[in-house]
Amino acid sequence: MSGGVDSSVAAALLRDEGHEVIGVWMRLHDVADTISEFKKSCCSLDAAEDARRVAAQLDIPFYVLNLEREFDEGVLAPFLGAYLDGTTPSPCVDCNTTVKFGALLGQARHLYDCEAVATGHYARREVGPDGQARMLMARDEDKDQTYFLYGLRQDQLRDARFPLGALTKPEVRAVARRLGLATADKPESQGICFIPDGNVRSALRTRAGWEPEAGPVLDADGTRVGEHSGAAGYTPGQRQGLGVALGSPRYVSRVDPISNTITLGRREDLETTTFEIEDVRFVAETGPEHPFRAAVRIRHRATPIPASVEPAGDRRWRIRTDSPVWAIAPRQAAVLYDGEACLGGGRIARLAAPGPRRDPDRSAIAPTLVASATS
Amino acid sequence: MSVYLDHAATTPLRREALDAMLPYLGEQFGNPSSPHAYGRRARAALDEAHERIAAALGAGPREMILTSGGTEALNLAIKGAAWAGKARGSRIVTTAIEHHAVLHPIRQLEKFGFEVVELAVDRYGRLDPDALTAALTERTILVALGHANNEVGTIQDLAELIARVRRDGPRGSLVAIDAVASAPYLAIDVGALDCDLLAIAAHKFDGPKGAGALYLRAGTHILSQQQGGSQERFRRAGTEDVAAAVGMGVALGLAVEERAEVAARLAGGRDRLIAALTAIDGVELTGHPVDRLPGLASIVARDVEGAAVVLKLDLLDVAASVGSACTTGSAEPSHVLRAMGFPDEEARGSLRLSLGRGTSAEDVEVALDVIPRTVLAARDGARQAAAARPRFEPETAVPG
Repeated sequence: MSGGVDSSVAAALLRDEGHEVIGVWMRLHDVADTISEFKKSCCSLDAAEDARRVAAQLDIPFYVLNLEREFDEGVLAPFLGAYLDGTTPSPCVDCNTTVKFGALLGQARHLYDCEAVATGHYARREVGPDGQARMLMARDEDKDQTYFLYGLRQDQLRDARFPLGALTKPEVRAVARRLGLATADKPESQGICFIPDGNVRSALRTRAGWEPEAGPVLDADGTRVGEHSGAAGYTPGQRQGLGVALGSPRYVSRVDPISNTITLGRREDLETTTFEIEDVRFVAETGPEHPFRAAVRIRHRATPIPASVEPAGDRRWRIRTDSPVWAIAPRQAAVLYDGEACLGGGRIARLAAPGPRRDPDRSAIAPTLVASATS
Repeated sequence: MSVYLDHAATTPLRREALDAMLPYLGEQFGNPSSPHAYGRRARAALDEAHERIAAALGAGPREMILTSGGTEALNLAIKGAAWAGKARGSRIVTTAIEHHAVLHPIRQLEKFGFEVVELAVDRYGRLDPDALTAALTERTILVALGHANNEVGTIQDLAELIARVRRDGPRGSLVAIDAVASAPYLAIDVGALDCDLLAIAAHKFDGPKGAGALYLRAGTHILSQQQGGSQERFRRAGTEDVAAAVGMGVALGLAVEERAEVAARLAGGRDRLIAALTAIDGVELTGHPVDRLPGLASIVARDVEGAAVVLKLDLLDVAASVGSACTTGSAEPSHVLRAMGFPDEEARGSLRLSLGRGTSAEDVEVALDVIPRTVLAARDGARQAAAARPRFEPETAVPG
């Protein structure tokens, strides 16, 4: 229970179905000394109090579980590492696979004898007669969150419950109001919960010891058109904060932390129809081995674009979209669908770079994070 | 049946105290400072409460300042003594295992220029009198010590420690005693102890929450921490909570009467719990094996998260604690166990069971049945959860 209306209603629905429900608020990072800073985020103590109020209203037990170490290892370190590599992380995907349906599910199963972990995600799951669990888009297409859940393995998905999958957001709010839940009219949480001010670059400095260095901003043809104050934290498609004024709008098209260069492009330069995804996971126990047709979503809430998907070796697949996608961001999740079924997905692979590459240098990440990320 | 084994956190309000309080929550609503009959009746009840509380501690009624609880009493004692003593010196001596209601006001004083010494303790949580002697200088104005520790139950040898302050410390150095954890179970006589300040909290001895008291030796000066009216002889302004004072007086009086019998009974249950738990592989008693509070069993269990045990026990209707009441999920291990030399990974396996006046023989039987197997199940579960945990997949190397 995050303290938001969605998980509040999810808990209420399960309770009303007669399940024995235990409310849990996950403490994911140190909140004690950052109460004001974290005020607006879903990870603040205020949020824990909202969750506790709802649990009390529902008359279910409620606990705060500390999963700081797991979050550090599974979400925060990869998040910081990705940005330092000049790529764009998908922390919510990592949080679902390693924390909510990872560490929390493990504790729920083994420590607290629970059957399942339920969340307020907008997604549906279906278990077939063969025992295979399928993941389906939420009925409220606008709220569908399968993009963040594609990485769940069969055993994780089997023990996951998404009570809101068949509801729309207005219906969820109506349930909350009908039950008089304290969170009924709470506004949506926005952005990354552990960076409440949205300032990734500041987080890289304070949490990963990043020391930004100024470097060139190049136009698509290689002309130097400006200077940036450190390449990390930029993401393809971004327009703001470049300090560059050229005749037509320019967007970040490529971030290269090795040469500390940001390359810009016109809108059309960022269009692509062919890219690869890596670290691919399929929802089905046995994933496909041959080319297949699917629709690909390259960011949350983007319209899935029909595409051909073909194997490219070692959990890599090549994707050719029927129509161009815009501003793909390396390491961001790309998720595959067959109609309303989420098939799985992976992380967008970095495009082959023009110059020689070396392994990304992670030495800048704070030692504790490196240690936990490699354990 | 639910079993409550967290009396160190708080105790139920006893019937006699509640009954004594009710009139002052009802028709006897007067302000003790008022000159009319309503005020007089309230004043009489408040005076009587002062007398009862003072008598229970061997103090005079005018030596007691009633407060909103143990924390306020300790804050008043520490800050009041520190600021009043500022002309003579600025050194404050305490130990690293004190309750946060002692340590945090002292650390705030440190920010205002006071010199603070937090003395180390041994593996059992005992302070070495020689270490205390060594810490005393001419500039020492206050020594703040806990009588018994609320997390591990260790009882300090206060007679010896206070004698050291008198013998080896400067004249005028005040001794403040945190007796919040000990007052329900240990005999306290402020005269015999020779302390200057001593704090208690009513809700630890079956009295109401929001009520505490500070003993202040006659003739000792401290700086009041809240100003306004003349209540509590100008040492604690604010209209008194008469009902709370009455409840505290009744509860403390009865606690003193019953203390020997209750303590002996609780010690029996405590020892059985300790024996059953320490029989488990990798479980160790924390705190002093002999000189400990009669109702308090505290352990650390290896490869176990104390918080997980408490949660599992709660689901089985047994109320226990990891050591202090905290619901924010902080992973910070107990400062007490840390100071006693337990590494963090061991301190995380802490569990505290605290028996109280209402603990029955049946409660102990249920605890003996449920708690050891829950500790074992938590250990098994943690191992399985760790083994089943999906490995974090390292980022793939970027192809050349």
